[in-house]
Amino acid sequence: MSTTEQTPAPRPAPDPGPPVAEKAPSRLKPVGRFVVSVLRMPSGFFGVLVMVAFVVMALTAPLFIHPSDLEVTKATGPLLASPRHGYPLGTDPAGRSVLLLVIWGSRTSLAIGVMATVLTMVLGATIGLVAGHYQGRTGRLLMHVTDWFIALPSLPLAIALAAVLGQGAASITIAIGVTSWTGTARLVRAQTLAVEARPFIERARALGATDTQLITRQVLPNVMPLILVSSTLTVASAILSEATLTFLGLGDPTSVSWGSLLNNAFMQGAVTGGAWWYLVPPGVAILIIVLGFTLVGRAVEHVLNARVQPR
Amino acid sequence: MSVPVQLEAPTVSGPEEGPERSDFWVYLARKVGAAIVSFIMLLVVGFVIFSLMPADPVSALTRGRPTSDAQMTHLRHELGLDKPLWERFLTFVGHTLSGNLGYSYEYHQSVSTLIADRLWPTLLLMGTSTLISIWLGMWLGIRAGWHPGSVLDRSASAVSLALWSVPTFWLGLILLVVFGSGSVGGIPAIFPAGGMQTHGTAGGLALSHITDVAWHLVLPCLTLVAVIFAQYVTIMRSSIIDERGNPYLLTARAKGLRDEVVRRRHAVPNALLPSVTVIFLQIGGMIGGAITVEVVYSWPGLGYLTFSALRIPDLQLLEGTFIVFSAAVIVCNLFADLLYRALDPRVRRQ
Repeated sequence: MSTTEQTPAPRPAPDPGPPVAEKAPSRLKPVGRFVVSVLRMPSGFFGVLVMVAFVVMALTAPLFIHPSDLEVTKATGPLLASPRHGYPLGTDPAGRSVLLLVIWGSRTSLAIGVMATVLTMVLGATIGLVAGHYQGRTGRLLMHVTDWFIALPSLPLAIALAAVLGQGAASITIAIGVTSWTGTARLVRAQTLAVEARPFIERARALGATDTQLITRQVLPNVMPLILVSSTLTVASAILSEATLTFLGLGDPTSVSWGSLLNNAFMQGAVTGGAWWYLVPPGVAILIIVLGFTLVGRAVEHVLNARVQPR
Repeated sequence: MSVPVQLEAPTVSGPEEGPERSDFWVYLARKVGAAIVSFIMLLVVGFVIFSLMPADPVSALTRGRPTSDAQMTHLRHELGLDKPLWERFLTFVGHTLSGNLGYSYEYHQSVSTLIADRLWPTLLLMGTSTLISIWLGMWLGIRAGWHPGSVLDRSASAVSLALWSVPTFWLGLILLVVFGSGSVGGIPAIFPAGGMQTHGTAGGLALSHITDVAWHLVLPCLTLVAVIFAQYVTIMRSSIIDERGNPYLLTARAKGLRDEVVRRRHAVPNALLPSVTVIFLQIGGMIGGAITVEVVYSWPGLGYLTFSALRIPDLQLLEGTFIVFSAAVIVCNLFADLLYRALDPRVRRQ
């Protein structure tokens, strides 16, 4: 996301060389305009606000949460108590503060969500680029494989993968990546086809560029903004998948995440005990962050569509 | 940016001049062929995940039990692990096709028997939830799409978005703790806390048994409906919006028909066509929700079986449920293709 941070500069950067600039305008400028128009939409603004707030919370959590607060053996609070003074969201069966657990859980949930998204993007973009560039047999075969994966139920596949790979963050990340790259692949392929139809590709080809050079130097930079913006929606679904897989017991049993909190609550009888304070906060956290990423994704889509249609 | 979208429309090839009937058989053969290819790919993926990826399936099988080396070797031989890869794959395909999905050492039962026992509860839960969601989703989607931007439309979209952002299992947990535990805010335990029937009641087709099962079905069904009906709203809404601009609706209005009649008799039948296919394609996504909901409500179906297999972990059983879930989706997709053609005469004449 490094491109999005430096872009909202009001003044456009000076173009390097006049003849080159005409053919290949700065790629950051349209991205900057794009970010501004997303932020102007109320839903986009709210979504970005939520994203920033959660990221700041996750990054600064170690500053105000001491590791001993989260250790089952060292917690000092009352056991499975409803919200009270000092424990605004109550405690879990080990006497830990639910508020601190939820804040700490954002670290794992966001980290796995982002890692899985990176994996998804790399897989999807590679397959989409190759399928779009080699439009013959290879491209068709790859699209058939993609369609097949789209049809496959993703949770059973993810469960199967994670079960075989063993408990842990890595296997969950891989399971999410393998089951969610298909949407990106289709999107990137469509965009690759659009880019390849433009004259500068023909020029590069005439100058003797190889297939690899064409894909990495010409097509990829033009597809990249789309990949970045579509990743916001992927993060939302990756966080949901992470919560689901961890809830089913596939996560690292020692780490704290929203999914593992709900798993603990479910396994330790919070439901029959009526311990709603242990169940509600992790879910609300998931709801808000997923809503935030989804709103940003929708705003982005809206801006993209508004750009495409008038032409 | 004029995107040359390559819509991969089903290009019906075959005899151009042939009568419609023979065209249908060509179409059917193509679709069934594609489904068979999908199934073979499923078997390959299943084989790779469950037979190649685990370092040693035998030690995974015997985890937690004292096993001598001789027993291990015997088990390895029995499972055919000492044979070459292609032979193992062919054996696996042969077994799967003949309905032999392996043996669960945890349950001391064949996997197919276990799955067959749990199939009916899952079908009951998913079937009921799908029907209610389709009905509710269409009802809302039609009305929301007919007046886009109206209060109903905006609130339907907001509710759909919020419900999409909620993990299915969490919604289930919340409904369960509020209506099933009897210890939150003085709300009595209106619904049972889980399972499919009250302990000790007789099965069969007695009326009391049916109402008992229905009583247990309410919360799981409500959870699933809440999560999936939103997709149907979205599909139906955009489908209706697409129809709204068509001139035949202007004609219908010019005839002096009431707005409601124009919608019900003219717009909806046309908007239904594209939706029907998409509805069947959604079933794959539903399976994920069904698994977690079954876990939360200990509903004795395939999802709960998967969960139990996961906790042991019993890879044979997991492989069996994985193949059954995926095969079900392949069949649903095939059905969607055939249904679309049966419903839409335009596809037939392409």
